[in-house]
Amino acid sequence: MNKSERVVIVGAGHAGGSAAALLRQYGWQGLLTLIGAEPVPPYQRPPLSKAWLKGDGNLADLLLRPAAFYQNSHIDFRASCRVAAIDRAARTVSLKTGECLPYDHLILATGSHARSLPVPGHNLAGIVELRTLADADRLRTMLRPNARIAIIGAGYIGLEVAASARMLGAEVVVIERESRVLARVASLPLAEFFHRHHAGVGVRIILNATVEEFCGTAGRVAEVRLSDGAAIPCDAVLVGVGAAPSDALARTAGLACTNGIVVDLAARTSDAAIHAIGDCTHRPLPRYNRTVRLESVPNAIEQAKQAAADLCGRALPAPEVPWFWSDQYDVRLQIAGLPFDVAEIVVRGDPETGSFAIFHLAADGAVQAVEAVSAPAEFMAGRMMIARRKQVVAARLRDVSCSIRELAA
Amino acid sequence: MPKVTYVEYNGNEHTVDVPVGTSVMRGAVDNNIPGIDADCGGECACATCHVYVDAAWLPMIGTPVPGSQEAAMLSFAAVAQPDSRLSCQITMTQELDGLLVRMPEGQH
Repeated sequence: MNKSERVVIVGAGHAGGSAAALLRQYGWQGLLTLIGAEPVPPYQRPPLSKAWLKGDGNLADLLLRPAAFYQNSHIDFRASCRVAAIDRAARTVSLKTGECLPYDHLILATGSHARSLPVPGHNLAGIVELRTLADADRLRTMLRPNARIAIIGAGYIGLEVAASARMLGAEVVVIERESRVLARVASLPLAEFFHRHHAGVGVRIILNATVEEFCGTAGRVAEVRLSDGAAIPCDAVLVGVGAAPSDALARTAGLACTNGIVVDLAARTSDAAIHAIGDCTHRPLPRYNRTVRLESVPNAIEQAKQAAADLCGRALPAPEVPWFWSDQYDVRLQIAGLPFDVAEIVVRGDPETGSFAIFHLAADGAVQAVEAVSAPAEFMAGRMMIARRKQVVAARLRDVSCSIRELAA
Repeated sequence: MPKVTYVEYNGNEHTVDVPVGTSVMRGAVDNNIPGIDADCGGECACATCHVYVDAAWLPMIGTPVPGSQEAAMLSFAAVAQPDSRLSCQITMTQELDGLLVRMPEGQH
């Protein structure tokens, strides 16, 4: 490696921030520039819908690394900085300020952005999304006791905010287009569990509902109107209807993109000088013989390792089983794997007890995924079983007198 | 400020200051020490900050509370031993000045 070689990382979220730190950890001695659109150094997004909303924690704890880390590690971190375009032939990125940065290696870590709900009234004050620290701070000021919060979308962001808002004493209505909560991201038994749990603490959940418009008073949202004519009065609205990959820069530059920037297991794009990592990528998942786009912190870190290892000439890291987590009230959900090629779903334990796990088995009995609710041993065992393609007999898995250790062995 | 020594699987040692009240996991992450992934940021959700506590310090730090989230996570962590802990669950105190922890071969 040549010390005058320069890596430019576009995007300073979990993926970009991790890649910068890992490059230094793996011995990258060249120049390293990290470009972030937000005014703060890389931070953890998962707490934004949970502890941060409830006012727990401070910015220092939220940061991935201390603010001084970047200067101390000779990382040229540019805050509040946006990239306008990539010139692949010249190997430069031009910034919105007009400045032009040359690169030898470019890492795109541009993340994803919240999908909007382009219905009449969507620009009224009091309607927010939750993606950034600034969004979370705006939302936090609205979650007062007895404030009426309407949440559009019963995905993880929506339900986590519902839990936090409820714990702060707000009145919460969740409005979902599909016929159940977590429709795209959880199995039916898990969705039913969370629906019951939220309803039990006073969250009103409206399913099969389409938002027609937001109505306001003096420019501020006051009501959500549904297509069946129902009107939901509210003081604030959170729109949590999914995320889309932020791959516009890559597409404009002519990189191969299909629901995200197409990469291989070394996080390489269709241009040998450009890697891409995190939410903005569409990546192979050998365990499932598929390519997917994943929105998760573990995926961001795994791909940051791949890109950093590739640039530093190290062996690529062993593939990891994708995993996810969510905290709502005192419930800890941990998911390992993805429910592809599932022939049978087995519930282990009684959901009524608040601790159980849902195993997803392929036709040959191989564990494909596990959704563990306050069941950390089942999560860890499941993750191991997925990695090893462990085959199990459904009846034994269902039988809680069979120890999970024995089943996983 | 109390110090912690982190020993990588390959034997490389890193001795750094870790403020009182900070977790041993955070001490490694803040100093960019290899061998601790800390995917979940300290929520005890991932078991990627697994360390072995040096025998001299184990009595003071103790083993995970039976039945706790940490104990359950560790029971299936790769290469767990009786001296295994998740470093996000160890909070630094002045008394732990000089603590030595070793990293496992991998966190996944």
